[in-house]
Amino acid sequence: MNVLIIAAKEIHQAIRNRWVLAATLLLAGLALSLTFLGSAPTGNVGVRALDVVVVSLSSLTIFLVPLIALLISHDAIVGDMERGTMLLLLSYPVARWQVLLGKFLGHLAVLAFATCLGYGLAVGALAATGSRIDFDSLLAFAAMVGSSVLLGAAFVAIGYLVSALARDRGTAAGICIGLWLLLVLIYDMALLGVLALDQGRSISATALNAMLLLNPTDAYRLFNLTGFANVSTFAGMAGLAQTTSLTMSVLLAALLSWTLVPLGLAALAFSRREL
Amino acid sequence: MTSTIRVTEVTKEYGPVKAVCGASFELGRGELVALIGHNGAGKTTLMKLMLGLIRPTSGSIEVLGDNPAAGEFAGRRQLGYLPENVSFDSALTGRETQAFYARLKREPMTKALNLLETVGLGPAARRRVGTYSKGMRQRLGLAQALIGHPRVLLLDEPTTGLDPELRQTFYEVIEQLAADGATVLLSSHALTELEERAGRVIIMNRGIKVADGSIDELRRLARLPTRIRLKVAGLAASEMPAWVPTDTICRRLNGHIVEIDAAPDRKIELLHRATASGNSVEDVDVVPPSLDELYAHFLRQSERTS
Repeated sequence: MNVLIIAAKEIHQAIRNRWVLAATLLLAGLALSLTFLGSAPTGNVGVRALDVVVVSLSSLTIFLVPLIALLISHDAIVGDMERGTMLLLLSYPVARWQVLLGKFLGHLAVLAFATCLGYGLAVGALAATGSRIDFDSLLAFAAMVGSSVLLGAAFVAIGYLVSALARDRGTAAGICIGLWLLLVLIYDMALLGVLALDQGRSISATALNAMLLLNPTDAYRLFNLTGFANVSTFAGMAGLAQTTSLTMSVLLAALLSWTLVPLGLAALAFSRREL
Repeated sequence: MTSTIRVTEVTKEYGPVKAVCGASFELGRGELVALIGHNGAGKTTLMKLMLGLIRPTSGSIEVLGDNPAAGEFAGRRQLGYLPENVSFDSALTGRETQAFYARLKREPMTKALNLLETVGLGPAARRRVGTYSKGMRQRLGLAQALIGHPRVLLLDEPTTGLDPELRQTFYEVIEQLAADGATVLLSSHALTELEERAGRVIIMNRGIKVADGSIDELRRLARLPTRIRLKVAGLAASEMPAWVPTDTICRRLNGHIVEIDAAPDRKIELLHRATASGNSVEDVDVVPPSLDELYAHFLRQSERTS
């Protein structure tokens, strides 16, 4: 009950602060422009338009959704402490884990709403312009939206962990930017570099799989680009899709534990914190 | 007297700094207690300890049957807290904020919203908290602390930023709550305000409780002189009345007033002498030591002993 009261307040605040509006408009705008501009290189012959959209939108999601998630979450604990609102809230009959979970559900709802509506508009626009949309493509698209929300959840949880540990808001923001750069950009480049240097001598397929699971954005990428045969052909990942032994459920489990473990650690850190 | 708050040998250290050092006291139902001390004397720390926001380094605390340090919070439904420099989420309105806190305490909404009128926030309640002045935020802070039927009220500097009229209302409200059996602990710098209202005073200095009792008890303990001011006719400008005993300090104020520092047990004797003497006494004022003076006295005393 307390969790829902706090979640409702977070959603209310996010609507007031125009966070919901901004996130939805941003995702919708990019999804629509990718839908119509993104099909230019492939043309419209022989390619199912929605599959192309899944490929391009999931690549966009990897950059954007973690960034939005970290933006709304890095401030959640340390920011409320600095503003002094946490002091009052914790004098009420609520447990700290309830505060954290309530905020999480609220922030996740905002993110899910923006993602579903923003990306949903892209499908709507495709259907409206008369593109052929078959069931396989729709399934891949739904999985992409769902996993995007899960990726957002993972980064909201990571943001909370940083927020529960950081001394002040500036530090939390800095660490979150660093984490975003690391997980979204640097990790893959470094991995690629290591693989190129290694020439497949000492890094086994298992080790590579493990390294891919150690980054939530890679789990997300593999899930969307190799999970569906119709999509992986356009993603240039068909080769990887045949060799990787990571099944979709393993990838989903990785994303889920990237959410639950940081959230649990954040609850632990928050419960020990003095304010 | 059933106690609602029990603080036993509590010490709280922040690194090398002892914010609270071996403090013990019990607060009972219906008590209106003033917690006074300099900034950094440990007042806010004590309140945070009672709320479980921080954990004591040693010692134990019990608030409404809960041990706040262990994260127990069942009793907090009946606890109201007003932090020093209270702040709220600026995007919500006063009404929305009050409604949120009432929901968390499972208290009826209409009664909670009526409190906004009590604290004089009626017309502004539909505006965003971000647009509020300091005084208005303080009013909202009071309104949320009064939600429900608090059995314990912890008020940290509650009257800062309130205008005199609202101060009056505020003291009426908390005196009523105390009369109904609530424990009210309030810290303040406005000692003259508390003097008439607090049934009990706890003085803190550098984390140590240096005095605890009713104002009368503290006066007896402090043995500070009561000042007797007499308006006497027929004395020269610097002349002292002959009936004042030689061991008593006596001075002249602005020409015709004689001020005598009387030890508590010699008040009546001195008044008697004054009226029995030949000088005609036109007026008399008896000023017992104020809370300000008592506070200063106990601070000096604790500085000397430490």
